Amino acid sequence: MNALIFSALSGVIMMYSGFVFKSNKAIRTLAHILLALVIVANLMELKGIAIFEVDTKGMLYFDKFALLFMLIANFCTLAFFILSSKDMERVGRSYSEYFALLFFIIAGIAIASSFKSLLMLFLGIEIISIPLYILTGTDKLNLKSNEASLKYFLLGAFSTGLMLMGIALVYGATGSFITSEMVVNPQFEVLLVIGMMLLLFSMAFKVSAAPFHFWTPDVYDGAPTVFTSFMSTIVKAAGFIAFLRLFDDVFSGIRPEWKILVAFITAITLFIGNITAVFQQSVKRMLAYSSISQAGFMMLAVYALNSDAKEGLLLYAAAYSIATIGIFAVLIKMKDYTFDGFNGLARQQPLIAATLVVFLLSLAGIPLTAGFLSKFYMLKATINAGGILLAIFAVLMAAVSVYYYFRLIQSMYFKEGNPIAIDISTEFRFTLVALAGVTILLGLFPNLITHWLYF
Amino acid sequence: MIVFLLFLIPLIGGLVSFLIRDGKAVRIWTLFVSIVLLGVSLAANNFVADPAQLSFNAQWLGTLGSSFSMKLDGLSKLLCLLTAVAYPIIFIATWKSSYTRPNNFFGLMLLTQAGLMGVFTATDALLFYFFWELALIPVYFLCSGWGGEKRISVTFKFFIYTFTASVVMLIGLVYLYFQTPDRSFSMESFYALNLDASTQSWVFWILFLAFAVKMPVFPFHTWQPDTYEQSPTAVTMVLSGIMVKMGIFGVIRWVLPIVPVGAYAWGDLVMSFSIAGIIYASIIAIQQDDLKRLIAYSSIAHIGLMAATLFAETRSGFQGVMIQMFNHGVNIIGLWIVVELIERQFGTRKLSQLGGIAQKAPVLATLLVIVAFANISLPLTNAFVGEFLMFNGIWNSAVTEYRIVFTALAGLSIILAAVYTLNMIQKVFFGPENDITSKGVDIRLNEKLALSGIVLLILVFGIYPQPLLNLTSGFVESLLTKINVANLIVN
Repeated sequence: MNALIFSALSGVIMMYSGFVFKSNKAIRTLAHILLALVIVANLMELKGIAIFEVDTKGMLYFDKFALLFMLIANFCTLAFFILSSKDMERVGRSYSEYFALLFFIIAGIAIASSFKSLLMLFLGIEIISIPLYILTGTDKLNLKSNEASLKYFLLGAFSTGLMLMGIALVYGATGSFITSEMVVNPQFEVLLVIGMMLLLFSMAFKVSAAPFHFWTPDVYDGAPTVFTSFMSTIVKAAGFIAFLRLFDDVFSGIRPEWKILVAFITAITLFIGNITAVFQQSVKRMLAYSSISQAGFMMLAVYALNSDAKEGLLLYAAAYSIATIGIFAVLIKMKDYTFDGFNGLARQQPLIAATLVVFLLSLAGIPLTAGFLSKFYMLKATINAGGILLAIFAVLMAAVSVYYYFRLIQSMYFKEGNPIAIDISTEFRFTLVALAGVTILLGLFPNLITHWLYF
Repeated sequence: MIVFLLFLIPLIGGLVSFLIRDGKAVRIWTLFVSIVLLGVSLAANNFVADPAQLSFNAQWLGTLGSSFSMKLDGLSKLLCLLTAVAYPIIFIATWKSSYTRPNNFFGLMLLTQAGLMGVFTATDALLFYFFWELALIPVYFLCSGWGGEKRISVTFKFFIYTFTASVVMLIGLVYLYFQTPDRSFSMESFYALNLDASTQSWVFWILFLAFAVKMPVFPFHTWQPDTYEQSPTAVTMVLSGIMVKMGIFGVIRWVLPIVPVGAYAWGDLVMSFSIAGIIYASIIAIQQDDLKRLIAYSSIAHIGLMAATLFAETRSGFQGVMIQMFNHGVNIIGLWIVVELIERQFGTRKLSQLGGIAQKAPVLATLLVIVAFANISLPLTNAFVGEFLMFNGIWNSAVTEYRIVFTALAGLSIILAAVYTLNMIQKVFFGPENDITSKGVDIRLNEKLALSGIVLLILVFGIYPQPLLNLTSGFVESLLTKINVANLIVN
């Protein structure tokens, strides 16, 4: 609760900081400090120290799972701030507002990952989505950015409508919004099933699972790259946490049949994401499709819904976000976003190329990186839930993903070119190396994250 | 503890190599590391009797049911010895090859060695999988970074091929994990499993596929000739001398004892494919004009014989495979050294452009002829012992009804091997000189040293194979007990 309030307040403070501070550097520093405060509050809450208590009437429930995810999300946001906040200056003039919107998204993430009431789920998802619509369109003079924003808004509004309808039907069938108090009235079971399907579809839309993924490549490609980095990682992971929480709390005991539907969504998400990513020429679009394929892997957690799935999803959120934020941070510095634009990076910037290799290996799921263990958790959870064929399909698709991730390695290491346009600060290098270090560390000792769930 | 050193020394040595900028210094350093490792490996095989020293256990991923455990038994002793012997020879033989960014090259070479050592010693399935992939990543960079013209696409094919097969294996390992009563990835728990026949028959394929690609068994061999051709020679030596043994090792350690019924059920099919591969690869080898491709195909044939023998499941067969793994590694590295010498001196690997080198390079010719004899497995060479045991094994096999056919067809491989090997010797070394070969000189000291080392190994183990047999006989007995052939046939 404290972290939620702090991040909402930080958003408001950032909104007005533009009037007080004229230099971008001051605004940036303020944002870093505020985020650090949010993290401290979050950490204290996780350790059981609350600065103040708020009674939410059981609508929000900050368990360790929610708090730990918030911590991961906040840490990734901090990494994102350090790596890329300077590049936000190039998007437009409303520098402080961008930070304000990002803080509001963090507040939305806190709500969406800790809801106990379906109304809070709706509120959280909306608080995440509306700032995103704006951020997508911040490159005001760019037609692609405007198109992406409008497209995202229209489709997003539609899926929110579906969600609201689903919540209404579930309420009708169970007589409660609070997930732990739902009692199914057998007379209205059909309402529950329809409501569940509507919720499934709208959540699938939010996390860009196929066949509801069509907005993703255009929006991710059209949005300014700094914000694509944020929305394709932390926001997406938050969507999955909400997804898992919703189905774990509400529907896990009720209907085994819906698993077939989830398995189907998972399989086609994996298939479409990976196969389409193979054909991309732009790294930014490749990462957009890669985010769909990674979403397919995270869907396995929603399919399995056991303790491995919960631990694994947290690890996955961290591994995926860190790796993708790192790659995007370098991508922003490039003058050319195609694969050929990365030619010769290893010769020019050996250290940065090496960290990118770690991130790409992590995304591809090669051992010794966090990406492998998070995929491993997902597979283990899936096999435990009886979905061995789904697991085999998933690993075959992971093998396909090697194709497009390694293409980037090939460009960097085995081709000649002169890629970087913008000079790179020592701080940037240091952060990238630290993130690569975290990726390897989590690949060796996943307990560094998962033990927080229990202790 | 000493088993952990086998993994740790090349790992640290490799990481240090990245930091040594000077080309000469990094060579000396890596050679030093590999010789130290050879010493440790010999010591582990001969002087360490305390079993506590030969195994290593540490807490790791406890919540996932996995631990960092390694052990040296007969099989791993043999393969670790091969790895440890091969590296100094490779480094000495390629001493004069120049590489751009040598620190990265040698660092990756040693990391590969660390991965290989890990694969051969791991007794935890998840740890094994870790090493299995880790041995592959540095090889990917080595081949793509320092290989021939078409290196990038060829290496990519190799990588995706093997990676796909190994992730499928991972599913198999996780499935087995859920079958163990104590939810553990340890080898002992896997060996204690007693799955029913229908489960075994599909788990067999999920596991075997990864190893079949790695060996490679026909029809999964298509990555191999291209990769051998395009890789830098030092890496080709590692790939063909040691890495293909990972496949055979995998079958012995992670397939036969865990799913014996599955292996029995599919044994005839695998043997048929392996033997078809022997004949197919031999015939292609006869027609090759490129020396590297010729040796690559000859390697497929030799590995095919080992794969077939594994599924005959007899004592002498297993024993033969064990020592042949070592001998094949030594012999093929010898052949690659010769190819490397020829290519560097004359700038070509084409048989049609070579000839008459024997007069120019008598020492090279003598040494090559001995290595070539070993490739045909003539008596008094090391390969003879192994192949004899393997044929004996297939002939006496109790698990297949077609043992006579299999033996006869596999026996063809000896004749075919003689055809392509002698053909190669004749075209390269004898006959008239031409413009290209007339300017040849004999080999240098480092190459003499490496080749004589190999010839020495060939002759010593050809005449007195007992040390190798002793090293593995205990392991073969325990393997046979685990598989329990008699029990298989009754059911």
